[in-house]
Amino acid sequence: MGINFRKETFRDDFTFKNSPEQVRRFPFPFNEDAYMYAVNIEPHVPGPKNSVFEHLIDVDEHYVSEMQDRAMVLAEDPLRCQSLPHMTLAGWDLLELLMVEKAKSYPEHFELTREGDRWRWVNRPLGIDDTFTFGDVSTLPYGPMEYITRQSQGDFAVLDQRDGNLWMDAGMVTTQADWSLDFDIGMNFFEWHAPVPLAHEKGIFTRALKFLTNIQQGQPARRLNWTMTINPRLDTSPENFHKWGTDRLTVTPENVGNKVHLRVELQSFWRLPRSNALVFPIRCYLIKMDELVAQPKWARRFHRVLRDLPDELADYKGLTRYRPTVVEWLSKYDDGAPTSPGFSPD
Amino acid sequence: MSAGTTKLNVTVTDVVAVNELVKRFHFERTDGEYLPTFSGGAHVVVEMRDNDRTRLNPYSLMSSPLNTRDYTISVRRDDSGRGGSLFMHNHVKRGMEMVISYPVNLFSLDLRAKKHLMIAGGIGITPFLAQTAQLAASSGSFELHYTCRTEALGSYTEALRERYGNRVHLYYDDRNERIPLDRLFATQPLGTHIYVCGPEGMIRWVRDTAAQHGWPNEMVHYEHFAAPQPGKPFDVTLALSKKEIRVGEDQSLLEAMEAAGIDPPYLCRGGVCGQCETNVISHDGTFKHNDHWLSKEEHCSGKKIMPCVSRFEGRSLVLER
Repeated sequence: MGINFRKETFRDDFTFKNSPEQVRRFPFPFNEDAYMYAVNIEPHVPGPKNSVFEHLIDVDEHYVSEMQDRAMVLAEDPLRCQSLPHMTLAGWDLLELLMVEKAKSYPEHFELTREGDRWRWVNRPLGIDDTFTFGDVSTLPYGPMEYITRQSQGDFAVLDQRDGNLWMDAGMVTTQADWSLDFDIGMNFFEWHAPVPLAHEKGIFTRALKFLTNIQQGQPARRLNWTMTINPRLDTSPENFHKWGTDRLTVTPENVGNKVHLRVELQSFWRLPRSNALVFPIRCYLIKMDELVAQPKWARRFHRVLRDLPDELADYKGLTRYRPTVVEWLSKYDDGAPTSPGFSPD
Repeated sequence: MSAGTTKLNVTVTDVVAVNELVKRFHFERTDGEYLPTFSGGAHVVVEMRDNDRTRLNPYSLMSSPLNTRDYTISVRRDDSGRGGSLFMHNHVKRGMEMVISYPVNLFSLDLRAKKHLMIAGGIGITPFLAQTAQLAASSGSFELHYTCRTEALGSYTEALRERYGNRVHLYYDDRNERIPLDRLFATQPLGTHIYVCGPEGMIRWVRDTAAQHGWPNEMVHYEHFAAPQPGKPFDVTLALSKKEIRVGEDQSLLEAMEAAGIDPPYLCRGGVCGQCETNVISHDGTFKHNDHWLSKEEHCSGKKIMPCVSRFEGRSLVLER
C-alpha cells in the first residue's frame, strides 16, 4: 500500500486540500492554550504510526505536486538554490541522508542500490531512475544538493560550522515563510535571525546556537514553528511579495474557512558526517481553517492562541491585518470548555 | 549511560605495537555492519571496563574517513597518567568486545581553506592522519610539519612520507630540529588555515607565533584534549541529586559523578566542548581549573566548574547537579 499522491496546485487556482487522513496527521503545534517562544527542541526519533513523525523524513500525499511547484519556482528564480564552493561535500552528505532515509521508509516508492561509489536511485513517484558515481558531480544533472532537494519536500538550509557559529552557506528555499536564501547566504546564526523580535533579549538564540553546534551524528533533533498563510501558497518569499502580500487584504468573514491556513514548519537538525556541516530540513504543512475546526480541541485552542498572541509576534508573523477577522470566525467554535493537555485531538 | 553520544558495539580486530610507546587498535562493528561515516579530526570515546570502574577516554580516529569497515586509534602509553592508556596497552586484546561512541568532530577542517598547514607534535599526529587521507582523496592542498622526540619514537613517519612525499616535513628533538614557524607563517599563500595538535606548550607556541605574524584567530585551529590530571582527593555535595561523593586521587570529578549514578552530558571529556559545565552553589576552598572552555572571568568567579578536567582543594564544594 503506497501513498495516494494528489494532483493539485499551490498558486493560481489553489486546488490544494488535505484528505481526512492527512488532517488527522497534521502536526498541530500548540500543546496549551497560549503561545510564547521557547527553545522547544526534542530528539528527532520515529514517532507514532500515521503521524508526520512516523518516519524521520516524511513523504505525504502532496509530494508530487509540491515538487512540481518547486520546479516552477526555480525556473523563474534560480537563486532560490545556492551552494557556496566549500559546501559541495555537505551536498553529497545530504544526498546520502535523504536517499537512505526515503528508501528505508518508503520502499514501494524509492529504491537505492549501492555498489561502492556506483549508486542507482529510483524515484517512482517522479519517474526518475538514475545511476551515478557518488562524489563525482559530473555524473548528476545538478549539484548533489540541488539534485536531491528537487525530489524532497520542504526547504533545506545547509550550515557550515566554524568559529563557534553556524553559517548559511547553502540551501534550497522555495516554500518559506517570508525569508530569502539569496539575502541570508553567507550569514551567521545571529545575523539571519536578527529580524526576530523578543527572542534575542531572552537569550534564546545564544542557547539555541549552543545546542545546535553540539548536535551529533546519529542524534538529530526537531522543533515546530508556525505562522499563517492566506491561500495555500508554498512560495511566500520576499522575492515574490508583490504576488502574495496583497492576499492578506482579501480575508472576509465569509472566506476564512477556505482561504486562511495555519502553516506549521517541522524543522529538524542533523549533523552531516563527511563535511561536519549541519542540515536543517524545514518542512511546511498547511491546513485550512475549515479542516482545522473539524477537531473541536484544535478549534478552541487555536482561537485562544491567536486571540492572546502578543502584538509584536502577530506583526512579525504578518497576521495583524486579518487577525481580528479570523479570531471572530474561530470564536464560533470556542464554547469556553477546557482543553486537554498535549497536541493531539481528543 | 545516557550522556554523550549514541554508542557502537565493536570488536577489537587487531592490536599493533607501533613503537615502544604507541599501540594501534582496530575496531569493527560486532554486528558486521559498516561503521558510521566520519570527517577527519573526529574522535570517539572508548569505554573501558576496568574491574569495577568504567573509564571513558577520547581518542582521535586516525583511519581514512573513506573506509568505514574499521576505525583505528593510536594510544600512547602514559605511565604516570590515571591508567586509561595503561588499560588499553595491557588489557585490550584482539577479539575483545568493547563499546565506543559515535564519532564527534571538534577539530574540523575549514573547507573554505585554499591550503591546510598542519602542525603536529608526537601523538598529536593522529587526527592529521585522517584529515590528510580525506584531503588527498579530494585533491585538497595541504602541508604537514611533524615533530617527534626521536626517529624511533616517531609514529607513522614512514607511512606519511610514502603517501605524501615532500608534503610531509619531519623534525626530531634529539637532533635539535625545530619547525621553522616564523618562516612558515610569513610565507603562506592567502587563504591558508593553520591546524595544530600536540602538547599544550606547542599549541601555545604555534598560536602565539601566528598571532605575532598577524594571522586572524579564525584561521588558526587547534585540538587540545587536556587529559584529566590526578590530584588530591576531595569531597563534593551534589545538591540536586542529594548525594555526597568523594573524588579519588586518579579520578576526575565527572567520573566520580558517573560512578555515583549521575550522568552529566559530555562530548570531549577534555575541557573543550562545554557540555558538562556545572554551576557551583557554594564553596570554601580553591578551584584547580584545567579547562579551555570557561573564560578567565568565569574561572575567577567561583560560580562554574568543568568536572571533566577540573578539581578542587578545600573544605566544602556544593554543585548544582
